[in-house]
Amino acid sequence: MKLRSRHLLGIEGLDRSEILTILDQARTFREVLDRPIPIVPALRGRTVVNLFFEASTRTSTSFGLAASRLSCGCVNFSKATSAVSKGETLLDTARNIEAMGVDGIIIRHQSPGAPHFLSRHVKAFVVNAGDGAHEHPTQALLDAFTLREKLGSLDGKRILIVGDIAHSRVARSNLLCFTKLGAEVAVCGPPTMIPPDVEEYGCEVFYRLDRILNEVDVVNMLRVQQERITSSSFPTVREYRAFYGLTAERLRKLAPEVVVTHPGPVNWGVEMDFDVADFSRALVLPQVTNGVAVRMAVLFLLAGGEGEVRS
Amino acid sequence: MTRRLADAKAVSVLVARLAGQISRHNRGVQDLALVGIKRRGVPIAERLAARLSAGRQPGIPVGAIDITLYRDDLQMVAETPIVRGSEIGFDINGRTLVLVDDVVFTGRTIRAALSELLDFGRPRAIQLAALVDRGHRELPIQPDFVARVIKTRRSDLVDIFLKETDGRDEIVLTKVGQSQKPRAKSQKPK
Repeated sequence: MKLRSRHLLGIEGLDRSEILTILDQARTFREVLDRPIPIVPALRGRTVVNLFFEASTRTSTSFGLAASRLSCGCVNFSKATSAVSKGETLLDTARNIEAMGVDGIIIRHQSPGAPHFLSRHVKAFVVNAGDGAHEHPTQALLDAFTLREKLGSLDGKRILIVGDIAHSRVARSNLLCFTKLGAEVAVCGPPTMIPPDVEEYGCEVFYRLDRILNEVDVVNMLRVQQERITSSSFPTVREYRAFYGLTAERLRKLAPEVVVTHPGPVNWGVEMDFDVADFSRALVLPQVTNGVAVRMAVLFLLAGGEGEVRS
Repeated sequence: MTRRLADAKAVSVLVARLAGQISRHNRGVQDLALVGIKRRGVPIAERLAARLSAGRQPGIPVGAIDITLYRDDLQMVAETPIVRGSEIGFDINGRTLVLVDDVVFTGRTIRAALSELLDFGRPRAIQLAALVDRGHRELPIQPDFVARVIKTRRSDLVDIFLKETDGRDEIVLTKVGQSQKPRAKSQKPK
């Protein structure tokens, strides 16, 4: 099974079997990470660039680590120290980087569709590491991988995504990914943070967390993106926590088999209380580790022995 | 042209011969562990372990490695390689390992397997066992134990079928015209 596209631009462009191919490969790479020497030479001689136009710690580090674990060179590019600050366009930047001989471009950009635009103009493969509020496919894949490891399969599982659905690329990618893998997905958040068309994704909408919390297998908390939301989205952080936060009290009421995920970084005391950090079924740190394995799988499948591009 | 070189009975004799060589060379099987190269090296390693253990408890440990991530020809592979993963459930440090494959050909698979094994730790020694040696080495690698040497042209195909993977035990030689290109790297997908 190979991926139909030589780019990973979103979950929207993947079908169920392609998602499963990536997740199955990621399992192998997860084992590699546990070895005494967690590096394989699979992509020796290849180079990718982390083209991050937005601040990022864990995603850029995770991609960088994934590349290095595959013996693949990785160059980091940040907007602040580049010619972008002198007015260079995205396309010029990408073409110049490509002219230096990179095989892949991992891009995070504040504009939805930037990776798609790039993929039409460069020969290198393109991975979307987050484009505005549109998609964040590798986050969805690592969430699905983590849940699969914990629950076996997502088929028939009830997953609740809580928080800022409207501004969250994670929410959109997760919704698409979880439903393609057979899960029943519901979303919950303040009405100002639920996009009007969300039901078209095939999910139920709840505005009161306590009404649905105990009817699900997975609680997928989202980060309150204070940089993207307006002051009218919710009155105060305290009120948000009271209505939508996974507080210590709500944690105690959770059914014993429920697991909790969060894409990080967590605003402790807002979307989750500190108590959740010690909760044995909170998968926040395994998600980070699994992120490296999933990104290794993505880089391997796109840069590795694929037929269509380099046969 | 296809010729059967060994039937099920002959394959069984070859496995027994290989087990005998390993046992004699190591003067018993203390601290020995077997590692099969996926896919067909693994059932051969398991059969060898069953013979070498011969009722002793615990038996000789058997691991499996997938060398896909260590191949030096990944860019030449036509299909997306399936990485099946390696499973070595014991500490290889200080042990004598016997690396097991079905056919030794160019030596590149073995080179990759050695690189991978050394990433798992530092064994005391690694020995190499193969059911068939068909020659045409491209690297200075020589098995310690071989059950059968088969003279082949480089373009020939040697296919080993095993009950565990193929439903039957058989070794088949296919003569391919010299004008035809041989399959990439080895006799069949690992």
